[in-house]
Amino acid sequence: MHFGKTIFAGLVGGVMAVASAASAQDTIKIGVSYPTPTHAWAAGMNWHAEQAEARLEALYPDIDLILINSPDPASQASALEDLVSIHAIDALVVLPFESEPLTDPVLNVKESGALITVVDRGLSQPGIEDIYVAGNNPELGRVSAQYMKTRLESGDNIVILRGIPTVIDNERFDGFMAEIEGTGINVLDHKHANWNRDDGFEVMQDFLSRFPDIDAVWAQDDDIAIGVVAALEQAGRTGDGMFVVGGAGMKETIRGIMDGNELVPVDVLYPPSMIATAMDVTVAAFKSNGPVAGRYILGATLITPENAEAFYFPDSPF
Amino acid sequence: MPDTAQTQPASNKPKIDLKMYGPAIALALLCILGFSLNTAFLSEGNITNLLTRSAFIGIIAVGATFVITAGGIDLSVGSMAAAIAGVMIILMNSLIDVLGTGTLTVVIGATSAIILGALAGLANGLLTTKGKIEAFIVTLGTMGIFRSLVTYFADGGTLSLSFEIRGTYRPVYYESILGVPIPVWVFIMVAISGWFLMNRTTFGRYCTAIGSNEHVAQYSAINVNKIKTWTYVIQGLCVALATVIYVPRLGSASSSTGVLWELEAIAAVIIGGTVLKGGYGRIGGTILGALILTTIGNILNFTDLVSNYLNGTMQGLIIIVAVWLQRADWGGKSKT
Repeated sequence: MHFGKTIFAGLVGGVMAVASAASAQDTIKIGVSYPTPTHAWAAGMNWHAEQAEARLEALYPDIDLILINSPDPASQASALEDLVSIHAIDALVVLPFESEPLTDPVLNVKESGALITVVDRGLSQPGIEDIYVAGNNPELGRVSAQYMKTRLESGDNIVILRGIPTVIDNERFDGFMAEIEGTGINVLDHKHANWNRDDGFEVMQDFLSRFPDIDAVWAQDDDIAIGVVAALEQAGRTGDGMFVVGGAGMKETIRGIMDGNELVPVDVLYPPSMIATAMDVTVAAFKSNGPVAGRYILGATLITPENAEAFYFPDSPF
Repeated sequence: MPDTAQTQPASNKPKIDLKMYGPAIALALLCILGFSLNTAFLSEGNITNLLTRSAFIGIIAVGATFVITAGGIDLSVGSMAAAIAGVMIILMNSLIDVLGTGTLTVVIGATSAIILGALAGLANGLLTTKGKIEAFIVTLGTMGIFRSLVTYFADGGTLSLSFEIRGTYRPVYYESILGVPIPVWVFIMVAISGWFLMNRTTFGRYCTAIGSNEHVAQYSAINVNKIKTWTYVIQGLCVALATVIYVPRLGSASSSTGVLWELEAIAAVIIGGTVLKGGYGRIGGTILGALILTTIGNILNFTDLVSNYLNGTMQGLIIIVAVWLQRADWGGKSKT
């Protein structure tokens, strides 16, 4: 007993020299759970989450953010259990690996009384989350098509490189096609390039062999766009106002836009930093005097040389 | 055993040997299909693209032919390529400060890739032979290790070759000698060396012997462990060579680099007529197998007749038909 007290006193004395012992119980604990970064976009998300953690904890000494990443849905479910049982979190920010297998685990966290913020991927049951923060996939397609319309005329030809066959890809594609409809711009063909540079390169090579007249490319994603640009350069078909529109907001792409790259003149935002937005909003739920519960759908901003600076994070891996 | 039946003096009746020509016929049929869909299929540009693209899988598959002929399997090649590409990029980027952006940096990068490939292959080989662990398990393990290493090196993102050095290295993928792209030259040289090694040396005969019956080979005073280890080293060298010509293409490596290359390489080997359980290997067939695989993907990009979602189905069907063409008993008179 006495021994334990000493340790407790030592810990408190060491960790918070000034704060009173009571404030330890007033700390607001927020768990942040997302998939282990295995591709560039997720690595960017991880980076932005760490940045937001440092920034928010410096701003509010009584906020404790706990970042956990998990390699698969099952470990994410276990991580959520740990956040409740070990850390007794007051709020959870979660980017679910997959909607189905994580709906119940998140529901269990909610039943412990925690505030729930869901990021990017919705759960398969409505009404669980208090706050929802996500990018806008249909809008990404629509904004890309709007830009195409400003540069192209009726009768011009474009090709589309799509992502991995998923709901995300379909939403983007359908958004794009709805906007381009009736403009007279011909979509010669669309193929899946799996959000991957190598596939982007090969699919574009084949499009170039197959179609002698292509005026622009919608690559949907910055990684695919890198492959597309390499194929265009190899074939020497970068002239005549040819341009490529990607998406996401990779730092190299944004750097290129700032430098006035004519081949990839714009980008459409689908930011990995949305995790930071979610963390900010969740903290605001405890700190703001205004209401914050609700759905936050981020804009699919068109990044141009004029506004590129605001989306450029040279230290992020993405 | 069907094998013993076939080693009987062959009948004099001339008969098209489908085991021999099956892959070539399959490739010819694919080309006719491609040409009929779009005449641009046989344009010079597309043929060049096809051959260059086949070089990666083709070179790796030549190595895989040795491994499989000797009764082994290597599942780690795709991840190994990604890991080697990653190390190469990091090394060259850091050498720029010391050695500048000249050829020397690229040569050192490429040399270290070759050494790494040989070492990785040696590790696979020794774990299989000295460690007495099944090749499937060893290379499944190293597949995971190499894949996560490149993710780690890249911090989850993408490793990119510095733009200053790209200009020096880029020609290795994009330039041509005598109208033939450099990757295709490398592919041709690997194929010829592989054919020679498999068909004209004792090493090749030992591989076949070990794959047919390891115990008999052992009793015939063949150093089975040594030969098997060497097949993995050759595989590692082939992966490294493929990586050396892969990196200048896009100048980047990430955890998505080389995904499923192992299955493509194994498929190329089997389509080419090599037997998966070992004992019979054909380098020439492997080359055709690699070309067939690339051509399928190319043709699917040339048409919108097939739903994008069914690409995998088409690939699967063509692979099965290609192998069926050579395995089915077309002679009519079965000996078994």
